[in-house]
Amino acid sequence: MEILNKRIIEEKLFKVLMILSLCIVLGSLFIIFGLVIFNGASSMSLEMITQTPKSGDVLGGGILNGILGSLFLAFPATGIAFLIGIMIALYLQKDFTPSWFSNFVRFTLDILWGVPSIVYGIFCLMIMIYLGVGSSLLAGIVALTLLEIPIITRSMDESIKMVPVGLKEGAYSLGSTKFETAVKVLRRQAFPGILAGVLLGLGRGIGDAASILFTSGFSNRIPSSIFDSTAALPTMIFNLYSLPSGQPKAYAAAFILLVIVLVISVSSRLLTRRFKKHVIK
Amino acid sequence: MNARKLRDFIGTKLMLIVTLFTSALFFAIFLLLLFRSALVLQTEPITDILFSSTWHPDNGQFGLAPIIIGTMLTTGIALIIAIPISLLSAIYIVEYAPRRVRKTIRPFIDVLAGVPSVVYGLCAFLFLVPLVKDFIAPWFGVQTTGLCIFTASITLAIMVFPIIISLCIESFDAIPTALKEASLSVGATKWETVKKVVLRASAPGVIAAILLGFGRAFGETIAVNMVVGGIPIVPKSLFQPGETLASLIASKYGELMAIPLQESALMLVALILFVVVFLFNILGVLVLRRAKKRWKY
Repeated sequence: MEILNKRIIEEKLFKVLMILSLCIVLGSLFIIFGLVIFNGASSMSLEMITQTPKSGDVLGGGILNGILGSLFLAFPATGIAFLIGIMIALYLQKDFTPSWFSNFVRFTLDILWGVPSIVYGIFCLMIMIYLGVGSSLLAGIVALTLLEIPIITRSMDESIKMVPVGLKEGAYSLGSTKFETAVKVLRRQAFPGILAGVLLGLGRGIGDAASILFTSGFSNRIPSSIFDSTAALPTMIFNLYSLPSGQPKAYAAAFILLVIVLVISVSSRLLTRRFKKHVIK
Repeated sequence: MNARKLRDFIGTKLMLIVTLFTSALFFAIFLLLLFRSALVLQTEPITDILFSSTWHPDNGQFGLAPIIIGTMLTTGIALIIAIPISLLSAIYIVEYAPRRVRKTIRPFIDVLAGVPSVVYGLCAFLFLVPLVKDFIAPWFGVQTTGLCIFTASITLAIMVFPIIISLCIESFDAIPTALKEASLSVGATKWETVKKVVLRASAPGVIAAILLGFGRAFGETIAVNMVVGGIPIVPKSLFQPGETLASLIASKYGELMAIPLQESALMLVALILFVVVFLFNILGVLVLRRAKKRWKY
């Protein structure tokens, strides 16, 4: 009886600890959401999202330059990273490469995934210094592309790996080439996973500040060409957070970022569910 | 027929080139960083740089010891806080929570894993920093500005929660039910089953989750930069400001890039970040291989 009691007490104790730790996690996360939504919504106005700062006054006007800058940076970067990533992910399959080579590539991609984004930033900066060009939208896109390639590639790779062998063999037996099978069968079958990977990369790219801090620079104007430097929402928050008069703008930018992340996450769920219908089990 | 073969040939070769290019990127980053940090490595031996504690770029002293200690402190404390809390939460979500609670919490955790680090930094700066300054530090009888190692560690811990939790949930879910049922049927309590069956069977997954959490905390730049204080001295207490490797690059690139030797020192810092991530990845592969052999079912 003595032993049994001890065991039951241990069970109860750990259950309390678990609930406590879940409360800590959810509590801290609710505080973050609460802070951003409450402060962001109160500093949000039509002016904030439709105007750029007036010349010479960073704190006046709105954050339109940041919103557009973020979109101009993240969408092309995700597009390029997708094109590169899909080629690598398809090529890593057994049909094309011996497994030692694909394992090696996967290993390098895993390391690249783990490399802090600031390293990509400084890597691109070195190349920029070497070429003698200043900060620009283009450099920011390159940095974000490098950051997103491993993320998008690895998650696409995981879903393409799951395609049943029978499906591939079916395509081969009808006389299609490896490339045709990869592009027409694997890509379609793994489409939900590919989409989820792309959205994951987009979410990571749009929120990353460290890689674009030196590469895309900062500007109060909306960039007119890819050689202009541009602001983005994360760099905007980073530049404004410490000034009390800049905090409303920082909060508004954080609010918009949070909404974008939320939209990406929800649409990823809905779209993958929708496209799963077309997948052959 | 020939057109199709040609397309197959061109397509395959294009894919090969892109793959090789991306793998080469890994070496390119490493070699370029090494090449650019050669200047500072020539002026001082690497041991001096790593273990000397004076960071005075103007005098040509690039002792990285305070910054390395700061990085180890913030990352270490963050993980010490985050690992038990996230593990217990994940266990509760998978094993104890009712289905409905589970279904609502999971998407929420996924969203949180995607929240940009700069947003965490902003919230930490405006909420946690005053909290540490006015309540937590006085409670320990210390005076601080709130911008300190402790605040940075807490911020990192909160950032790491969703990563470890969601990966742990995935690996707990993958354990066959029969394994748990076997343990319960011989009279083990639920916690005993978790402790002796679930945690062991999912050990590789849990280790992978912790390593990923480590990577995130170690390389985090922006959020840490916003709350750590940014002073490269060896911190005497947790409530003193410090500096981490990644954060140093972000705060100093503007002033240091003009002078070759100082720029080279920053490149060395980036190289250290890269090498540590590389070593931890290798460690991860080795540990996972062993763990999979040790705890297979």
